[in-house]
Amino acid sequence: MGSIFLLAVTAILIENFVFVKFYGICPFLGVSQKTETAVGMGLAVTFTMTIASALTWPLYYFVLQPLGLEYLETIAFILLIACLVQFIEMFLQKAIPSLYSSLGIYLPLITTNCAVLGVALLNIQKDYNFIESTVYGFAAGLGFLLAIFLLSLVRERFEFANIPKPFRGVPIALIAGGLLALAFSGLRLNF
Amino acid sequence: MEKKTPSVGRIFRDGLLDQNPIFVQLLGMCSTLAISTSVINGIGMGVSVTFVLILSNLFISLLRNFIPAKIRIASYIVIIAGFVTVVDMILQAYVPSLAESLGLFIPLIVVNCIILARAESFASKHAPLPSVLDGVAMGLGFTVALVIISAIRELIGNGTLLGIRVMPDFYSPAVLVISPVGGFLVLGALIALVQWIRSRKKKHKGE
Repeated sequence: MGSIFLLAVTAILIENFVFVKFYGICPFLGVSQKTETAVGMGLAVTFTMTIASALTWPLYYFVLQPLGLEYLETIAFILLIACLVQFIEMFLQKAIPSLYSSLGIYLPLITTNCAVLGVALLNIQKDYNFIESTVYGFAAGLGFLLAIFLLSLVRERFEFANIPKPFRGVPIALIAGGLLALAFSGLRLNF
Repeated sequence: MEKKTPSVGRIFRDGLLDQNPIFVQLLGMCSTLAISTSVINGIGMGVSVTFVLILSNLFISLLRNFIPAKIRIASYIVIIAGFVTVVDMILQAYVPSLAESLGLFIPLIVVNCIILARAESFASKHAPLPSVLDGVAMGLGFTVALVIISAIRELIGNGTLLGIRVMPDFYSPAVLVISPVGGFLVLGALIALVQWIRSRKKKHKGE
């Protein structure tokens, strides 16, 4: 139990997916102007990452490995993730239309969020068991949620700040992200 | 669906300057930030992406009249994933050290927005030959941008270029620039520089 807890804390804070591992930078920069949308995106990604981890693990160990098709993991995983995102999209459209319309174009883009495919591949690479994989997927998603939430808080302030023209938009967001990453790197001992 | 074919010069100008994937279109940020710690990594990633981009553009362009519009994105992803697997296996077999340092970012080329963006906006609407040229140009633009970023980070953060020490002995490397923090800051500053140059150019044209 203790090791699972440690795994989760490491994934959220110490090896944060966005600030340390650089997964999911596109939505991190693209959907972080408003806190509300950012949190919605973070929750959707967390949900997708948890389910994707829970589904890709059995796919690898019960289907690909017995058939000797381990080299197809990238193709198999991305197909599974694409289908999963399609289902989530249909579900949100019916159940929470307000979130669905505010996420807009970014919802199908969760498929091409490298955090989702990244966590699925990492679970296999690190030899996690089923429980560890699911917890790792969930915790890494929470790490993403935390990162995009923090950046969106900073970016909402930018609207009132007098930022030099060339820095407006993505550059200043990158620099704010860099400073947040600096704070996070303080949590790691071997900097 | 078929669009007028742009000239070869236009395709290369777009890829390298006007529509540069990293500095102007701001695509493929994840791999850019993660692997631009040394020039070797930058070149390795650039060449891998270019290889996938050329082949996926070629095949998607050849199949553009056969793929039903509704499932085109899924079809593109499968085609791209196939070529990425090939690159992954080639790198592991012939340059294991590079495969090791690029790590998961090789399989993650599948979800690199540049490739899907070119498939959707160029290859699905143009003939095979211009699509291949577009792949070459965009790949080249991506590689050049990666080399610029990684050269800056390697030079300041490690005092070396391509692993050879170029800074004088008294220079103590600023390790921060190679750390994730430096990635964000260097890329942010470079994109700001590009936006500044572009806005100046526009002003000149306006007058």
